[in-house]
Amino acid sequence: MATPRHLDVRDGDVLLMVGTMKGAFLARSRPSRSSWELGGPYFPGYAVYAMAYDGREGRRRLWAGSSSMHWGAVVRSSDDGGRTWTNPEEAPIKFPEGSELSLKQVWQIRPGRAEEPDILYCGVEPASLFESRDGGESWQLVQGLHDHPHRPKWEPGGGGLCLHTIVPDPADRQRLLVAISTGGVYRTDDGGRTWRARNQGVRAQFLPGRHPEFGQCVHKVVRHPLRPDRLFLQNHWGLYRSDDAGDTWGDIANGVPSDFGFAMETHPHDPDSVYIVPIESDEFRCPPEGRLRVFRTRDAGRSWQPLSRGLPQRGSYDVVLRDALAADTLEPAGIYFGTRGGKLFGSPDEGGSWELVADGLPPIVCVKAAIFGDLKSRRARKPVHMASPGRRGKKRPTPGKRAPGRRRRARPAA
Amino acid sequence: MAVTVHIPSALSSFAGGRGRVGLDRAATVREALEALGALHPGVRDRVLTEQGDVRRHVNVFVGDESIRYTGGLETPLQDGAEVFVIAAVSGGSSRE
Repeated sequence: MATPRHLDVRDGDVLLMVGTMKGAFLARSRPSRSSWELGGPYFPGYAVYAMAYDGREGRRRLWAGSSSMHWGAVVRSSDDGGRTWTNPEEAPIKFPEGSELSLKQVWQIRPGRAEEPDILYCGVEPASLFESRDGGESWQLVQGLHDHPHRPKWEPGGGGLCLHTIVPDPADRQRLLVAISTGGVYRTDDGGRTWRARNQGVRAQFLPGRHPEFGQCVHKVVRHPLRPDRLFLQNHWGLYRSDDAGDTWGDIANGVPSDFGFAMETHPHDPDSVYIVPIESDEFRCPPEGRLRVFRTRDAGRSWQPLSRGLPQRGSYDVVLRDALAADTLEPAGIYFGTRGGKLFGSPDEGGSWELVADGLPPIVCVKAAIFGDLKSRRARKPVHMASPGRRGKKRPTPGKRAPGRRRRARPAA
Repeated sequence: MAVTVHIPSALSSFAGGRGRVGLDRAATVREALEALGALHPGVRDRVLTEQGDVRRHVNVFVGDESIRYTGGLETPLQDGAEVFVIAAVSGGSSRE
């Protein structure tokens, strides 16, 4: 059995969490991001579709959703930079007895809002949402979504019927949005009790009615915390933006080589900037023209520009999956992505140039970035509420108290 | 019926490091796995789904007979039976 190489992860390090089809890896660098150390493999042989970092309330906790074809899926955590991980006896995430469902895969682990430090969410296959209110010790099925009348008609996509994206509203504790392949986008406005499909304007080319109420194969939805009513969506064909928290979506595929793709990520500081990695088509899931390029918009989708310096521009047939694109919170921001070919790329200058962080890894399905032990990133910046139709100008709650722990000035980027 | 359940090495850590567990009484494979699960829930949750079904890529044998062909979990057990839990070869490659 492969013995993992452990990292000495220190506060202030940029930490990349890399989930692959054969285990998890960690990469660390000082803020200069000029050189990287690779650790792992953790859980060798297990598919790790989901990883997350929880830095709330003084934690330095890593999360991983690992799945064995033989022994099932579990969520695990580490509080020591990956050296040791929990391996719970009883599976912490289970469907209720009698539900006729069994957990197949953990697709997403998402810490909740900064002011609710003990809440986490987990998206799984078959498409369902679990919530923890005790920091991940126990998990409960969100029954309201589970009981949705659309559920019997949700169909699996190529990767399975999965709830892969969870987007809390930083300004409204009652509001949460999820994305299901294939079911589409669903949103709750009452803390999870009821859910409504929010897919108006998003097409489903594989269904007779091109714009059905639900059933879309949404690949990723992102939201910048400073603009809670605005969302971006990468679809199975289609790029969209919503300015009304998902009530309606408009096409923003302006000047991209293809609007098919999986991955999408926001810039950590600029709410108008979003990154994607276009794929030629659903039938040929490789970079357009054999050129691996990240595209960025800086004007909320009105235009897109390629970012390719340092990326292979000839004969590249690698693909970036939906959860394998990430950004750190430094300035300038670091952008990272992993490919099915096992390559991990990073850019220390917001996409201006790219370098290989690691090569030869198993197929990468998840990349997350965090500043380890960063107090500054734990404090939620106050979201800017943009007036949107249908909202009654409800006053947004004030961001919560400061997280306890050492109060230390954040280090400037090296 | 006293039976012995052989546990795959991948799961022995959930059985106190043991590779086999003796059970005083189990009339069927289902009873044997339930009794095993009561002693070692970590083994149970990895062999059975939360609905109590054997996981798709796990094989259970009584002697050298797969329970897929002998009645599934209701396969009867004789006194002294040996039950083997083995990772199926079909689970060796994850979806990519």
